[in-house]
Amino acid sequence: MSEKKELQVAALKNGTVIDHIPSNKLFTVVSLLGLQDEDANITIGNNFESKKLGKKGIIKIADRFFTEEEISRLSVVASKIKLNIIRDYEVVEKKEVEMPDELRGIVKCNNPKCISNNEPMQTWFHVIDKEKGLLKCHYCEKEQQKDNIKLL
Amino acid sequence: MENRSLVTIAEHSKEKIMYLLEMAREFEKKPNRHLLAEKVVATLFFEPSTRTRLSFETAANRLGARVIGFTDPKVTSSSKGETLKDTIMMVSNYADIIVMRHYLEGAARYASEVAPVPIVNAGDGANQHPSQTMLDLYSIYKTQGTLENLNIYMVGDLKYGRTVHSLLMAMRHFNPTFHFIAPDELKMPDEYKLYCQKHHIKYVEHTDFTEETIADADILYMTRVQRERFTDLMEYERVKDVYILNNKMLEHTRPNLKILHPLPRVNEITYDVDDNPKAYYFQQAKNGLYARQAILCDVLGITLDEVKADTEK
Ligand SMILES: [Zn+2]
Repeated sequence: MSEKKELQVAALKNGTVIDHIPSNKLFTVVSLLGLQDEDANITIGNNFESKKLGKKGIIKIADRFFTEEEISRLSVVASKIKLNIIRDYEVVEKKEVEMPDELRGIVKCNNPKCISNNEPMQTWFHVIDKEKGLLKCHYCEKEQQKDNIKLL
Repeated sequence: MENRSLVTIAEHSKEKIMYLLEMAREFEKKPNRHLLAEKVVATLFFEPSTRTRLSFETAANRLGARVIGFTDPKVTSSSKGETLKDTIMMVSNYADIIVMRHYLEGAARYASEVAPVPIVNAGDGANQHPSQTMLDLYSIYKTQGTLENLNIYMVGDLKYGRTVHSLLMAMRHFNPTFHFIAPDELKMPDEYKLYCQKHHIKYVEHTDFTEETIADADILYMTRVQRERFTDLMEYERVKDVYILNNKMLEHTRPNLKILHPLPRVNEITYDVDDNPKAYYFQQAKNGLYARQAILCDVLGITLDEVKADTEK
């Protein structure tokens, strides 16, 4: 490990380090995971240099581990995000964010004439192409690009 | 219980489509039956569509069912802010099956997920209209004797025309060759051309609509160029008269050619075509009755064998 990385991950005894967040998506990740309401000790850093992303953000959360469902939510924002699970100062597991086969209640349909935008109900998308980020609304059947889609 | 709702026929297998067409044929032989004598059919039209509603209600009546429902959303509580779910749950207490038309896309899919009774989609916005597709398929099957290897020409508004999109997808099982005849402004969307490529369906695009273009057609599917589709009314004025079929154009067409149209027509087929034996649009609408009788029975779990046994009676 380089000195710089040690510094970024340092001082977390147990918890999760969310790394490789595109800088412009950092606060979206915060709100997607509901971190603003957490009591835990959270360190947020942004605009670190990154070979892959240009600039990246990092979030360190003490004593908090995320479910697969929470992690899959992040795939809507960026697919390059990585999670390091820390126990007793050691990285015990690394997880990559992967697009799930379907997204329920996470994003909003782009079609104003879709029933899901006019009825109190959960949205539901099928992921058609994980590489291209192509989603299809389960209800109105319109295909849409994940980058053009709004989070709920 | 298995959800027997009919939301789209895009999911139906070739066998299922042929099964339903076979059942429609039984109803054409004998339309009046008592197969649904104990049933109540609800027709909920959140958006008016007199043609579709009359066709479904006639189908239900000829099967001996009783019909309840509404057609004007202004008199129901949905205009007072009641959710679709609440309306569907309320009506499910009374009816054995709900036929619904809605202006929102995906409404029938959602209703089929919340309702304890089966739903038949009678049109959800610009999305699906499976009973129209069934009657189109039945009309083609009946007039050509087969659905296989046909030359199908689609004319007019191929961009917004929901019926041509659904028909295109349903025909994927039958090795058709499509010809798309439309002005640039209203041509077949890429989405459906990609669909054709993916399913190895042959298609040709044309912008001119002449006697020569349609010489090899088995089916000529005409559509209405609707004024309300245009944001630019100048554009509408420019294209509205381009794709008009007249009797003279039919002179050298194939003897088995039939002309279909989902109706209502405005001026895209001139009245001199009506008396030509190749004109089929009025019979096509009548076929809607048999197709809808088959749909109602199938959704309520009545099998082809039961229908055939009843034909014998
Ligand atoms: Zn939708």
